[in-house]
Amino acid sequence: MIQLDSTTHRHLHVHGTSPVHSVAAEAKLAGLFLFVIAVAVTPRTWVPVFVVDAVLVAATVRCARLRPGLMMRRLAAVTPFVAFAIALPFLGDGATTDLGPLTLSIDGVWATWNILAKATLGATASIIVTATTPIPDLLGGLSRLRAPATIIGIIGFMFRYLDLIVEELGRMRRSMVSRGYDPRWLWQARPIASSAGTLFVRTYERGERVHDAMAARGYTGTMPELGSPRAERADWLVALAPACIAIVALAVVGLR
Amino acid sequence: MRTYGAVCSGREDLAVIVALHAPDGFLEPSVAALTGVIAALIVGRAVHASGTELGDRRIPLAGVSAAFIFAAQMLNFPVASGTTGHLLGGALAAILLGPWVGALVVAIVVIVQALVFADGGLTALGYNTINMAIVPAFGGWALFRGFRRLLPNNGTGVVGASALAAGASVVLAAMMFSIEWLFGATAPVPFDTVFGAMVGVHVLIGIGEGLITGAVVGAVIAARPDLVVGAADLAPNELRHRPNVGTRTFVLASLLVAVFLATVVSQFAASAPDGLERVADDLGFADTADEHTFGDGLFADYATRGLDNESLSLAVAGGAGVAVTLFVGWGLVSAQRRIRGSATS
Repeated sequence: MIQLDSTTHRHLHVHGTSPVHSVAAEAKLAGLFLFVIAVAVTPRTWVPVFVVDAVLVAATVRCARLRPGLMMRRLAAVTPFVAFAIALPFLGDGATTDLGPLTLSIDGVWATWNILAKATLGATASIIVTATTPIPDLLGGLSRLRAPATIIGIIGFMFRYLDLIVEELGRMRRSMVSRGYDPRWLWQARPIASSAGTLFVRTYERGERVHDAMAARGYTGTMPELGSPRAERADWLVALAPACIAIVALAVVGLR
Repeated sequence: MRTYGAVCSGREDLAVIVALHAPDGFLEPSVAALTGVIAALIVGRAVHASGTELGDRRIPLAGVSAAFIFAAQMLNFPVASGTTGHLLGGALAAILLGPWVGALVVAIVVIVQALVFADGGLTALGYNTINMAIVPAFGGWALFRGFRRLLPNNGTGVVGASALAAGASVVLAAMMFSIEWLFGATAPVPFDTVFGAMVGVHVLIGIGEGLITGAVVGAVIAARPDLVVGAADLAPNELRHRPNVGTRTFVLASLLVAVFLATVVSQFAASAPDGLERVADDLGFADTADEHTFGDGLFADYATRGLDNESLSLAVAGGAGVAVTLFVGWGLVSAQRRIRGSATS
């Protein structure tokens, strides 16, 4: 009944030496944000712009030497909404068109296209950045983009303890299974919830101990910056290029 | 299925259908931008308030708590005959950690899921944060306080209030999502259908959420009652007084409540035009429906297209909006009072 493999952040970063890997994190993040905004504001009928965006994303994947299989696996995160999007031509109303035996709402087809295109492009762009940037660099990049220090600190701590806590949860579930616990119905779920409660107590107590240990080493509420390479002009040029091309494509199609 | 959803067992996961992690382009950019600003303001306030509550323990404690919520969302529990659901955790975080820290922690989980795991779009962060962190945490907190007043002042009261508040907070989040759809729909699916489907499904999900949340809070009260912010007003011996309510009784009772709610909601909001028209006739405003004109710029064309009775649908939307605003606002106000209280004491 229970399978636990801890596929958390350790496996996110794909080690490599590609040009995409070597660009500084803050430049990559800025490029990513600009790109996803450009994609999100593109009107659904401007298909050529989406084609340009897709070519840009595909070229970046190739340039980063990321395997297509890996990209597809991670893209699975958007699947629930793909299912929703595919239902739209059948749910929608208004003018319809016939495709073989199917009657499809034209607006619904455009809506499917809109959600699929934007979700896929946005998610692929994010995956490229997280697959080519180690988490500490990502956090350093966020902080150099002036993201609030507290939030970055909390995210850093979250990642520091994430695998530990997920694995602890796994150990608890395994020991329950080894004692013959195999729930089938909601009213048999109490032991699972109790183990989550126990996990919360252990986690919180661990947080308190960690804080005490940090205070003993002189922590005053802010984390020191652990330098990762800073962005130079070349980094910004490379990282912002896809977003700029996407915006130019948007402008060209819009003005035409 | 989420790539990091490590506990997924390959069976159908109920909550996956409505995990609410909307991708890029799901709602109109204007709604994305507006919700982004609102979410940023509230999360910024939560950062500040959590500093008042936790001091320099804020970063480590909020960090490990965020990791806990992340792990708890992977936890899947049985629903019926092998299907599983998983916890959303917004109300749980608010009850255990207090509304500000709870909202902050869940917001961080949502941000990390979007930024690092590509689960939820970066441009959808505004409405995803509101639906999954802000509404469940503050709405859940307000509901929790309300139910606490109705239930006995002991451990069972706290556990029961947690369960009811967590279940209802999920429905509140579904209502919020439908309202956002009304303003920013990108597909020709009318508000009625979205509201009926979202609220209907989330009433069922709410049962699981409520039961698990109640049991988690109960387990924490048994071990470290001082860690439950929502029960901070009770003495340890009051908390330890826990008249037992059977789990099966609870499930069956909440199932009844859910069926009742689903029937009422479907009467008002299901896409079936018969029900809508009948209610409109009953209430005597069926014939006024066409006289109203609604600001076309304000609501997404798609969400109001094909509605059989615009005034009734928008009345339902208005009612849902009032409910969400009331509870989230109440949660925010009472959270604000907590901060003032802890700052003066």
